[in-house]
Amino acid sequence: MTVATEPTTGAVPPPSKEDVITVNKMNKWYGNFHVLQDIDLSVRKGERIVICGPSGSGKSTLIRTLNRLETYQSGEVYVDSILLGDDVKNIEAVRREVCMVFQHFNLFPHMTVLENLTLAPIWVRKMPKKQANELAMHYLERVRIAEQAHKFPGQLSGGQQQRVAIARSLCMQPKIMLFDEPTSALDPEMVKEVLDVMVELAKEGMTMLCVTHEMGFAKEVADRVIFMDAGQIVEMAGPKEFFDNPKSDRTKLFLSQILSH
Amino acid sequence: MSENAKLPPLPTGTFSERAVAWSKKNLFDGWFNTLLTLGSIAFLVWLIPPIVEWAIINATLAPSIEACAEATGACWGFVNANLRLILFGTYPFEEQWRPLLAMILLMGIICGSLGAVKYPSLRKAIIPMWVIGVPIIAILMWGGVFGLTYVQNSYWGGLPLTLILSSIGVIFAFPFGLLLALGRQSHMPAIKTVSVVYIEVIRGVPLITVLFMASVMFPLFLPDGVTIDKLLRAQIGIILFTAAYLAEVFRGGLQAVPRGQFEAGDSLALSYWQSMRLIILPQALRLVIPPTVNSFISMFKDTTLVVIIGLFDFLGTVKLALRSDPAWTKYYVEGYAFAAAIFFLICFSMAKYSAYLEKELRKGEQR
Repeated sequence: MTVATEPTTGAVPPPSKEDVITVNKMNKWYGNFHVLQDIDLSVRKGERIVICGPSGSGKSTLIRTLNRLETYQSGEVYVDSILLGDDVKNIEAVRREVCMVFQHFNLFPHMTVLENLTLAPIWVRKMPKKQANELAMHYLERVRIAEQAHKFPGQLSGGQQQRVAIARSLCMQPKIMLFDEPTSALDPEMVKEVLDVMVELAKEGMTMLCVTHEMGFAKEVADRVIFMDAGQIVEMAGPKEFFDNPKSDRTKLFLSQILSH
Repeated sequence: MSENAKLPPLPTGTFSERAVAWSKKNLFDGWFNTLLTLGSIAFLVWLIPPIVEWAIINATLAPSIEACAEATGACWGFVNANLRLILFGTYPFEEQWRPLLAMILLMGIICGSLGAVKYPSLRKAIIPMWVIGVPIIAILMWGGVFGLTYVQNSYWGGLPLTLILSSIGVIFAFPFGLLLALGRQSHMPAIKTVSVVYIEVIRGVPLITVLFMASVMFPLFLPDGVTIDKLLRAQIGIILFTAAYLAEVFRGGLQAVPRGQFEAGDSLALSYWQSMRLIILPQALRLVIPPTVNSFISMFKDTTLVVIIGLFDFLGTVKLALRSDPAWTKYYVEGYAFAAAIFFLICFSMAKYSAYLEKELRKGEQR
């Protein structure tokens, strides 16, 4: 079954040369637990995808397979036309183009904000330090936090830390960005400052896959919304279709729970 | 209790008023604390005066057996008379300025390296200091060039030997222990198995056994005619032993670094070694400074065990001095007290430095 002929997926374009991610019948088990089942997914360049679903549905695991933080047991994952398998060279090549923003920020606590940002450009991209600093300051300004450059992460609020984490990813000038519940660990008043940065990024044409329960964000920027449950992609549609006219009962139930409060 | 009671009282009044207030709060706060305070004072009154009387008031420094026989207190004359034997062991008497100079140089290099935390400009000097310093120390100790007479290392002894064994021990055991800790966490079964077996076997036997093995067993496996120096074997034994302990200390540190840090390194396309060096180890090693220094202190004291394979470390030379003249033998308390004082001084400095290092490295990171 390919994505194009999948009946529940709505307005999915056929796979093309523009696809930057192609997942083909991918399966993953944790022991006997079938955590991802026959996942088919293709993502075009510049597409913004929001993945939602109840906890334990496999949504985080899915995006973590896209930069090989998780392995899979069968099927194929291509990112930027590179097969993500056991080949270490391929994994490193993919990771150079795909960056991830984590729920708990995962900033390096022993380095200043600026050092957090310049680390990968200097060591992975082999950029001269001066140039890396300029690049870092550029992105810190974009996430509106340049004045904190010489502080340590522990001195910043959660929202500020997450914006630093986004800037750190941007410093790698990635082709694709993965967001793993980027606002779930934040105090409510800080969610907006992070979402604002993400909306800006989306509008500039960054290819994004975002696991989130922020349905407002999904409605505003997503090209497609994916609903996952029990390790399967249950529904995949444009945001209007997804929210106004969900096909599956499980999606309807989930949406009623998440939108009711 | 009023709200103000929570605030520390401001220092007011005369000195004696404040002193009374302080002792009421800290020494006589309730019947139990009063009892403890009085008990402690009584204990100190019982303990301190006799020690002071013995060690200072009635003691003699005169380096003669006659003076010691007359004195009712400690006979520091024993240490005074045998100081060079205690410090330098059987190193040729005329040449003892060489180990003295080597020891001072070694201490200088160590202090310079440790001081780099405070003075970042020293950081670049650390490696050159060791690269230049260690050969100079070796030349001083061995000689045989530049007109220095050759001194076989079986004549080395005393404090220089203890310091050389421990500092070389630290320098090599540290990276080796680190590799073992990483090996134990490796996903590669062969590397993991070798590391686990090594660590468990070495931890499972006493250092004395390792030293005996290095001294007696190891030469049996060498082809005829090939000999490895006894001192070198002891040094290797100490390194191998300490590395196994350090490996477990480091593993504790590695496990304490959150998984997210590894994932962040991975997702930024850093290689395994880059991630380890730049992200994981700086955090892991900082967490385990106290147990690491603990291991070093332990190793420093364990170097005294080399005496069983016939090397005279600092404690060994004290025994040597006690045996040098039967008349001195009864002053063993003074001899061991002197050795204990030197060991304590060095170990306590290490502990203090460890506390300082922790504080220094934590600066700035906290709110």
